[in-house]
Amino acid sequence: MASSALVQGFGGFSGLVSPFSSSSPQKRLIIGLSNLQSEQKKSFISVRSDASVSHFSNSVNRASKLVTNAVAVKGESAASPVSSKSGHELLLFEALHEGLDEEMERDPRVCVIGEDVGHYGGSYKVTKGMATKYGDLRVLDTPIAENSFTGMAIGAAMTGLRPIIEGMNMGFLLLAYNQISNNCGMLHYTSGGQFTIPAVIRGPGGVGRQLGAEHSQRLESYFQSVPGLQMVACSTPYNAKGLMKAAIRSENPVILFEHVLLYNLKEKIPDEEYICCLEEAEMVRPGADVTILTYSRMRYHVMQAAKTLVNKGYDPEIIDIRSLKPFDLYTIGNSIKKTHKVLIVEECMRTGGIGASLRAAIIENFWDYLDAPIMCLSSQDVPTPYAGTLEEWTVVQPPQIVTAVEQICQ
Amino acid sequence: MARNPVKLLRTAVSSNPLLRGSLSARPFSSTDNSTPIEVETTLPFTSHQIEPPSRIVSTTAAELLKFYRDMFLMRRMEIAADSLYKSKLIRGFCHLYDGQEAVCAGMEAAITRSDCIITGYRDHCLFLGRGGTLMEVFSELMGRKDGCSKGKGGSMHFYKKENGFYGGHGIVGAQVPLGCGLAFAQKYDKAEAVTFTMYGDGAANQGQLFEALNIAALWNLPSVLVCENNHYGMGTAEWRAAKSPAYYKRGDYAPGLKVDGMDVLAVKQAVSYAKEHALKNGPLILEMDTYRYHGHSMSDPGSTYRTRDEISGVRQERDPIERVRKLVLLHNIASAAELKDIEKEAKKEVDDAIALAKESPMPDSSELFSHVYVKGFGVEAYGADRKDFKGLLP
Repeated sequence: MASSALVQGFGGFSGLVSPFSSSSPQKRLIIGLSNLQSEQKKSFISVRSDASVSHFSNSVNRASKLVTNAVAVKGESAASPVSSKSGHELLLFEALHEGLDEEMERDPRVCVIGEDVGHYGGSYKVTKGMATKYGDLRVLDTPIAENSFTGMAIGAAMTGLRPIIEGMNMGFLLLAYNQISNNCGMLHYTSGGQFTIPAVIRGPGGVGRQLGAEHSQRLESYFQSVPGLQMVACSTPYNAKGLMKAAIRSENPVILFEHVLLYNLKEKIPDEEYICCLEEAEMVRPGADVTILTYSRMRYHVMQAAKTLVNKGYDPEIIDIRSLKPFDLYTIGNSIKKTHKVLIVEECMRTGGIGASLRAAIIENFWDYLDAPIMCLSSQDVPTPYAGTLEEWTVVQPPQIVTAVEQICQ
Repeated sequence: MARNPVKLLRTAVSSNPLLRGSLSARPFSSTDNSTPIEVETTLPFTSHQIEPPSRIVSTTAAELLKFYRDMFLMRRMEIAADSLYKSKLIRGFCHLYDGQEAVCAGMEAAITRSDCIITGYRDHCLFLGRGGTLMEVFSELMGRKDGCSKGKGGSMHFYKKENGFYGGHGIVGAQVPLGCGLAFAQKYDKAEAVTFTMYGDGAANQGQLFEALNIAALWNLPSVLVCENNHYGMGTAEWRAAKSPAYYKRGDYAPGLKVDGMDVLAVKQAVSYAKEHALKNGPLILEMDTYRYHGHSMSDPGSTYRTRDEISGVRQERDPIERVRKLVLLHNIASAAELKDIEKEAKKEVDDAIALAKESPMPDSSELFSHVYVKGFGVEAYGADRKDFKGLLP
């Protein structure tokens, strides 16, 4: 096919030439990082939307080792895509640590700023050992002052540094909302393009184990309408590392949503360097009956429900949307064109959540392909209670997902 | 500057017999462009936790004339913006800086372009001082595409990255953490430069200021916080908004200096002193005691919360341009006629720039969507009809 031929022909280039020189300047791949070491290998990944992958590099044409549908759930029928000879097993927070470490080593402008990230090693150990390795100027412990240290990181980003702002819990970033919305998101536009803000804002959010209302917030819905921001949610060690690296290299401000309960997920990830596309959704389980769109922790609830559904004879197609802003309407659209039914499972609040926007986007673009109304399962519009049973009922549980699919597929 | 002041003086002296006599005692070289002239500041500096700098400021004839010209240009620019706003060519918010020019001019004289300045929304003159052109100012104010932010920012969003001017921010106080971040970047890059974070007496009550100051002091950042105290935070007088209006003392552990902000030489002295201090010892606060003749913005008449007598009183006694004019005339750097010429030239420059800016076209409609994101990392998302996409590992 023409497009893959284009990529293959490109495989022989030394890498600093844009392969799309014949097309409009906007399609030119931007290679603006000037402080790359010359011995760095340049490899190119072409990822088709159906999750098939071709991987080329200068030196050796390696067989594809990219994992495109990694699921770290025990007993999952899909075999581990990374062969036992290559790759290494680690937990999600270690994957984040690895991604962060690699990027900090690669680019001296990358720095981490947050509470307890330095000497303490990070409250979720994502920055463990980094203060000793990179020094106090690159791994910065701040006082408890989210508004100002977020502002400071954005100011530093205006000059070209690449800060990673860690919110100890995503909910604390509400204190910095003005800085994130007005300065981080909008400065590139209001300055007519003079400033780029290559900052990454990350931290754990979501409903944990009885953490109480203020510490169980999902901020995806609050930031989704801020223009200029990109939002991604990681769910497996593989995509955690890939998205972390991609977010750091991106020139746009990216908010990386992690989940408190997913930090100890274990998975085998490739040894070689890889990144995940920030705007791409992940095909978790191809199917034919219904498209289930989900992200972050709900992916695992969906996978659990999927086991029951498969036993009952259904064939759900499960997509982890990963990119919360902008939505990967291409992958989602292709899936809807196949199955004609959509179920959205999210942990966000029902009102004004990611599901609500996604629903609107799907109706706008794929109305003709739908055979049934879009169902959306989200958390209840209540502050998360402390009591364990109540907390369970706030969040979507696998039996509810099974019932919903059965209802849609009638 | 149009003409050589020494030449001016010579022609003035040789054409006026009265002057010849008085100047014969003083050799011409004393009015040379670069001979230092020592001037004492009108008021002493008040300080907190630091030794105040000397009241004797060294300046030159060239510098004084530059001050005069620059401040007059700024004044004319703001007055012109006033009339443009009233004729509805400028819309939205327009916050004018006239009365406060000495802070900007004095600061620019003491620093370099590798130092950074960041301020709030009263940014027109600071932008000009940092090397912005009048054309860029008026185009941006009128929302044209030749504006410094391509017409997409407006009055409150002037930026000039290459000259170290970081804006231009609408939310009161939000620029203070940004400014401390700029100072952090300067320390990170070992730039040996300082960031001047300007804010007003209104913003001085924002919590994020103290948070940022705390972090800056902890990390020893080369950051100078400059409070332009014009005594009114929007419509509220300073004594009604701040329990402690001694803004230079509010830094507590950070040293502070209170400066007469209407005296351009005092500002220059304090700023160079502050820069030296901040490079070695971390942040300090400069409080510039200044005044704005206009209201908070163009929608504020400025007379409901203060009397006209107060405004005209300050204009008569403390006007910064008048002060420099008196100094220039006292030291015979230029005659009144020559100053008049400078003024006429400035007026013409402003008028020409406005005429040019009025010709500038409105931004193209495609500009609505440009600069929301930076296209980077080689990955592009097209939307629902996208056929393929590529990821590139740089």
